[in-house]
Amino acid sequence: MSTDTRVVPDVTPERPAPPARSWSRGPGRLPYLLMLPCLLVITALLLWPLGQIVVMSLYDLDSVRQVRGQREWPWAGLANYREILTDPFFQMVLRNTVLFALANVALTMVLGTLVGLLLHRLGKRMAAFVGGCVLLAWATPALTGTITWKWIFDDTNGLVTWLFNALPDGLSAALFGRSDWTGYGWFNAPLSFFSILTLVIVWHSFPFIAVSVLAGLKSLPSELLEAARVDGAGPWRSFWSITFPLLRPVFGILVVLSTIWDFKVFTQQYVLAGGTQDRPTFMLSIYSYATAFSPPPKYGLGAAIAVVLTVILLIVTGVYVRTLLKQEEL
Amino acid sequence: MKRSALNLAGLLVAAFAVFPVVWMVATSFKTTPEIFSGGPVPFPRHPTLAHYRAILSGDLIPGVSFLDFFRNSVVVAFCTVVISGVIALLAATAVSRFRFRLRTTFLVLLLVVQMIPLEALVIPLFLMIQRLGLYDTLGSLVLTYVGFSLPFAVWMLRGFVAAVPVELEEAAAIDGASRLQIYRRILFPLVAPGLVATSIFSFIVAWNELIFALTFLNDQSRYTLPVAMTFFFGRDDTAWGPVMAASTLLTLPVLIFFLIVQRRMVGGLSAGALKG
Repeated sequence: MSTDTRVVPDVTPERPAPPARSWSRGPGRLPYLLMLPCLLVITALLLWPLGQIVVMSLYDLDSVRQVRGQREWPWAGLANYREILTDPFFQMVLRNTVLFALANVALTMVLGTLVGLLLHRLGKRMAAFVGGCVLLAWATPALTGTITWKWIFDDTNGLVTWLFNALPDGLSAALFGRSDWTGYGWFNAPLSFFSILTLVIVWHSFPFIAVSVLAGLKSLPSELLEAARVDGAGPWRSFWSITFPLLRPVFGILVVLSTIWDFKVFTQQYVLAGGTQDRPTFMLSIYSYATAFSPPPKYGLGAAIAVVLTVILLIVTGVYVRTLLKQEEL
Repeated sequence: MKRSALNLAGLLVAAFAVFPVVWMVATSFKTTPEIFSGGPVPFPRHPTLAHYRAILSGDLIPGVSFLDFFRNSVVVAFCTVVISGVIALLAATAVSRFRFRLRTTFLVLLLVVQMIPLEALVIPLFLMIQRLGLYDTLGSLVLTYVGFSLPFAVWMLRGFVAAVPVELEEAAAIDGASRLQIYRRILFPLVAPGLVATSIFSFIVAWNELIFALTFLNDQSRYTLPVAMTFFFGRDDTAWGPVMAASTLLTLPVLIFFLIVQRRMVGGLSAGALKG
C-alpha cells in the first residue's frame, strides 16, 4: 500500500464458511446491488487510473492546463518510451531499483525467518516480550520511522556520528581513513545512502516476515520436528528438510509480497533524501514522481516510467495470484 | 542451542526493533542542550514538554500550530473510515451471504487491485482530482484513501460476515423482519467487532499516507500531519526536538490501534496461506 502499513491481503479471521443458504432463496439482483458501490469505487479510483497511466504515457503532457483538460494533448506515440529506454540515466535507475529490491528481499527474508524461528523456540514470556517489540517496529509509520533513523544518522548530533567519533582515532583512521566524523554526510554517497535505506526498510519489514513465519511454524505438527531431533538432525538440517518444504507456500507468498513492496519504496527514500533532488539515488517510483511533478512537469514521461514499474509489479502479482488461487478456493 | 543464548538473541532482536521508537520518544522529551550536547543521553534527565508546546502553540513556526494538521488528519481519516466501512460492509455481505455468478471474479479482482502500485497512480489521480475541481481539498484525499483501503476492507470483512450464523437471520425473517431490519438489528451488531478491526486498517492507511497528500494539497492550512512534517522539517534538519515530538504524536495513535488488531493480522495470514 502506499502507506506501507504492511497489510496482508489475505486476512480472514476464520476461514469463511461457504456461502450458505440465505434468507432470500434466489439471490436475484440484491448481491449485485450490494457490490455495486464497491465496484464503482474500485473502477473509478484504481482500474481507470491504471488505464490512464498507459494513455498518458502516449502523450506529450507538460502543463497543468493540459491535465485539467483546458489544452489539447499532443500525441507522442512511443516517444516517451523511446526517450527513457535509450536514456543511460533510466538504465541506471532501473538497475538501482532491481538491485535494491533483490538485496532487501533477501535480507528481509533471512532476518525475518531467523527471528520467526527464534520466537518459536523462546520461552513463553520471552517470546511475548520480543514479539511485542518486533510488532512495535512493524506498526511504526514509514514516515516517522524514517525520520527517526535520519536523526540517528544526523551529521552533527546523531547517535551514529557520535559512536564513530567515540572510536579511538587511530583505529578509525586506519579503518575508514578519517577520525573526525562530525559533519560527515551519511546520505551523500549513493552507496552509503542505499545502505541506510536498506537498514530502514529491513528494520520496517522483517517483523511482518517474522510474525508470518512464526504463525506458519505454529501450524506445523510438532511431532515431525521432534522425530527429526530424535533421529539426530541438527537445526539446519531439520529446517531445510522439514520446516521449509512444509512452509513453502508461506515463503512463496512472503517473497512475492516483499518483492512488490521493495520495488515501489517511496516514502522512506523521499524522507531520507529530503525530497526529490538527489538524482543519483533515484529508484523507479521516485523517478517517476520527480519527472512528473518537479518543475518543469513532464506528466507523460513520468507516466511512461510508472508504466514500466507497473508492468514489473504486475508480473510479480501474476505469480502471487496464481500461487494463492492454487492454495485456496475463494 | 542453550536457552541463555536464545534469550540473548531475543533481547538483541527486541533492542534492534524497538530502538528507533524509544529513541524518538526519548528525544522528544529531552531538553535542547541534552539533544545537542554532542554525547547521547539515553533517557531525558530533565524531561520537558517544551518541544510539544513549541509545535502545538505556533511559537516554533510563526502562526503554525500542529493542532491544525492534526485536525486535518483526523477529518480525513474519519471520513475515510466511515465511507469505506459502509461500502465494505455492503460488499462483504454480498460475497459471504450469496452465491452469484460474478462472485469469484469479484474476489479475484479484490486481490489483484491490492497489488496495483498506488505510487504509480499518483499522476492519473492528480489528473482526475484536477478535473473534478477537488485539487487542494481534503475531499480529494478522502476519495483517494477510500479507494485504497476498500479492497482490503472487503477482503477482511467477508470473514466476519460469514462467521455470523445465517440461521439467526432466517429466524428473524420467519418472524417477519424486513431485510433492512435484519441488517440493522442482527447482522450489524454481530459484525461490529470486525468492522472496528477493519476501520483501524483504513484509519492507518489514511493517517500515514504521504505521497498523495503531498501532491493534492497546496495551501498550508490544509496540510495533513505527514505533509506538514516533511514540509516544515524536511529542509532544515536541526530542530530535532520538535521533529521528534511531532513524530511521536503522529506515531502514537497508530501504535495503539495496531496493537489492538495485530492478532487478527497474524492469524489471518496463516489461515489464508496454509489452509486448503
